[in-house]
Order: sequence, then C-alpha cells, then structure tokens
Amino acid sequence: MSDVVDAVVVRASGLRKEYGKGEGTVRAVDGVDLEVAAGETVAVMGPSGCGKSTLLHLLGGLDRPSDGEVWLAGRRIDRIGEKALARMRRSAVGFVFQAFHLMDELTAVENVELSALLAGSSPRAARRRAIDLLDRVGLGDRAEFLPSALSGGQRQRVAIARALSNEPAVVLADEPTGNLDSAATLEVLRLFESLHEAGQTLLIVTHDSRIAATADRLISMRDGAFVDETRLTGGTSGSLGALAGLEG
Amino acid sequence: MRQEVVLALLAKEPSHGYDLRARLREALGPLGEEMNPGQVYVTLTRLERAGLVESERTTGLADRPDRKRYALTAEGQQRVAGWLAEVSWPKPDLAEFHLKLVAAAAAGLADPLTIVDTQRRELLRRLREAQRAAMAESDGSDAALLLEGIVLRLQADLRWLEECERNWNGRGSES
Repeated sequence: MSDVVDAVVVRASGLRKEYGKGEGTVRAVDGVDLEVAAGETVAVMGPSGCGKSTLLHLLGGLDRPSDGEVWLAGRRIDRIGEKALARMRRSAVGFVFQAFHLMDELTAVENVELSALLAGSSPRAARRRAIDLLDRVGLGDRAEFLPSALSGGQRQRVAIARALSNEPAVVLADEPTGNLDSAATLEVLRLFESLHEAGQTLLIVTHDSRIAATADRLISMRDGAFVDETRLTGGTSGSLGALAGLEG
Repeated sequence: MRQEVVLALLAKEPSHGYDLRARLREALGPLGEEMNPGQVYVTLTRLERAGLVESERTTGLADRPDRKRYALTAEGQQRVAGWLAEVSWPKPDLAEFHLKLVAAAAAGLADPLTIVDTQRRELLRRLREAQRAAMAESDGSDAALLLEGIVLRLQADLRWLEECERNWNGRGSES
C-alpha cells in the first residue's frame, strides 16, 4: 500500500480512544471512520462530552489512539515516534482553540511569527510572513497590539493567522467560536469562508450550530461515534422571508 | 406583511410609493428582494380607501410612473401610535411537531428519532441560508440585525430538537 493518499488530507479508520481500564473504561472515541478531502470544510457537531475534542486531538497528533489508523497529509501518524509526530504537527497542522491560546505578553505579530522563529526562520522573513498573515485575516493594522487590546473576534483571528503560518495541510479548530458573541462569530465565519475559497482544508469540531451549518459537510457525533452525516449545499431558497414572518 | 408597516413608514414624512419600497428593501436586505414589488402600492390604495392616508398628485420625474405622494391622516397617525404600542410576537408552532412525535411513537408508525433527524436537516439548511445571507451583509446594517434574529430563532429550535432527541432516545433504550 502506498504511503501517499492523493487528495485526502485527513483519514481515520477504526479509530478508538479509551481511558481507564476494566469496568470503568470510557470510550471517548468509539470506531470512527473519516476522510477529509483537500479543500473541504467539514464540521463535526455534537454535545459536550461526545468525544469530538478527543477526535480532533487524535487527528492532529496531539494524542494517540488506542486502536485504528490516522493518516495526515498522506502519512500514517498513529505509530510514528514522538519526534516525527512533533514534526508532523508543526508542518502539517494548524490548531485553533476556543480560548485562543495567545501569549499575553507578545503583540499580535509576535504571536504569529513565534513558531516560524522557533523553526529557525530568520527574524526578518518571519516578520514579513507574519505581517502578510495578519493582512490576510484583516488585522494588518493591529500588528503591534497586545491581545488584551483586541476584541475576542480579533484575538481569534490572530490565532487563526498563527495557525496558518506553517501553511498547514489542514486547520483543525476546536470550538473556535465558543467564547465569542454573535458579531465576533460572524467575523470568524467570514474568515473561514475566505480560507475555504482559497482552498484551505478545514476541520471544525463544535456544538455551535451556526458554524456547523456553514460547512460543506456536517457530521453528527454522539457517544464517541458518528451517527449522521449530511451535505447542506443548496438550500431552501426563498424561505428566509417566511422565517422572518414576511409573506410574498 | 401588515398594513401598519407601510403606514408607520409614512410617519417620517409624506412619501411616494417608490421611496417606501426603497426603505423597506434597505431594512430587509436580501429578504426584501423576495417581496412582491406591487405590494406597497396595493397596500397604499387600501389605506387610502380606509381613510388612513391621503394622496396628492405631484409632478414626478418622467421615468417614474407613480406621481402620487402619500401622507398620514390624523386617523392614520393614531393607528401607527396604536401599532407601535401593541405587544405582539409570532407564535412558534411547537405543539404540532411535538404531537407528531407523540403520535408516531404511540402508533409505531414512524421512529420519532427519524422525524427529529429530518427536521434537524431542514432547520440546518435554513440556518445555512440565513447565516450566509448574514455574512454577506455589512456589520450593523438593519438587514443584518433581522438576519441575526432568524439565526438565533433557528438555533433555539435546533436546541429543542436536541432535547427531543435525548428524550426519545432515552425512551427507546428503556423499552
């Protein structure tokens, strides 16, 4: 079998993650099969505790499965060594978290350039790239701001710029709008949409139906397993007026 | 749409039908596109017959067919004030769906969970449409605010469906 799988950026088969032993075993992820194609936006939706965050950690190489396979950017990662796994995380994945995870004492641009600097990039090249990324998320004019001086939506956009800094094969987002109000959620959704249009592969786990509804493909997760999958493309055009109480 | 809406738009100043239509479109955004363009004129004619508005002929611009400018009568003003003070809210029709689940389960005709799933997909499709329309609006526009209302109501309905699912799922495993 070839080590390279074309056009499938993330693949999992028979994926399981168990915690504990014997009677008290908890199956956080219980037999998941998944393929995410290049350029696709996939949302995994489910209530808290359904295992969606654990799934994201397994797919991004932050955690190892109890059983099953994980392929990332054409490489199987569930059995590779720690160093190789860390390399894969750095090169193939961009993570976005609910709580942003920005360094409070660093400015927006310093947060974005940090990983490139750690990877040995020259300060000048790292800075140029970070400025480009901030432009891309619409925050070029906020480069020198500390996170504390930014709104929630802006902080998450900085975090997304940081996630893009290694040109990841896939961006994995865990409740990216969980801490945001409606207006900021809209900011982040618009940004995801523009990344989608630029061909970025996105996998988002969320319990926010409004972010899930904008994905190409929506998977429902319960008790560690996928229970439903739907494509929401198309839509019931012309129904918006009726929803607002307007008749023709 | 209720006649009072057109009436209330006239409260700002006497206007032509096309001005009212433009203001409606602005306030409704993409939802305004779905409106029948003749509706404002039909409504104005009815309101005039009812004595709530009066019109005067103006020398309109050549490219605009309607030259009537409408203004509120005293009675019309009163009606607007009454409408603004009125407490009303559209009723969500939850009971029908709820009874559908109850009846389907009791008769063994359909799995309530399948009905919930089907309903959820439909709501998600609508949510997608509303969300996409909201993303296309500029922040803070009147139309964006209306779309936000639609999004929030759909989210509330989806949350209730989650409760329905939990409830019927639980019953299935007990029996």
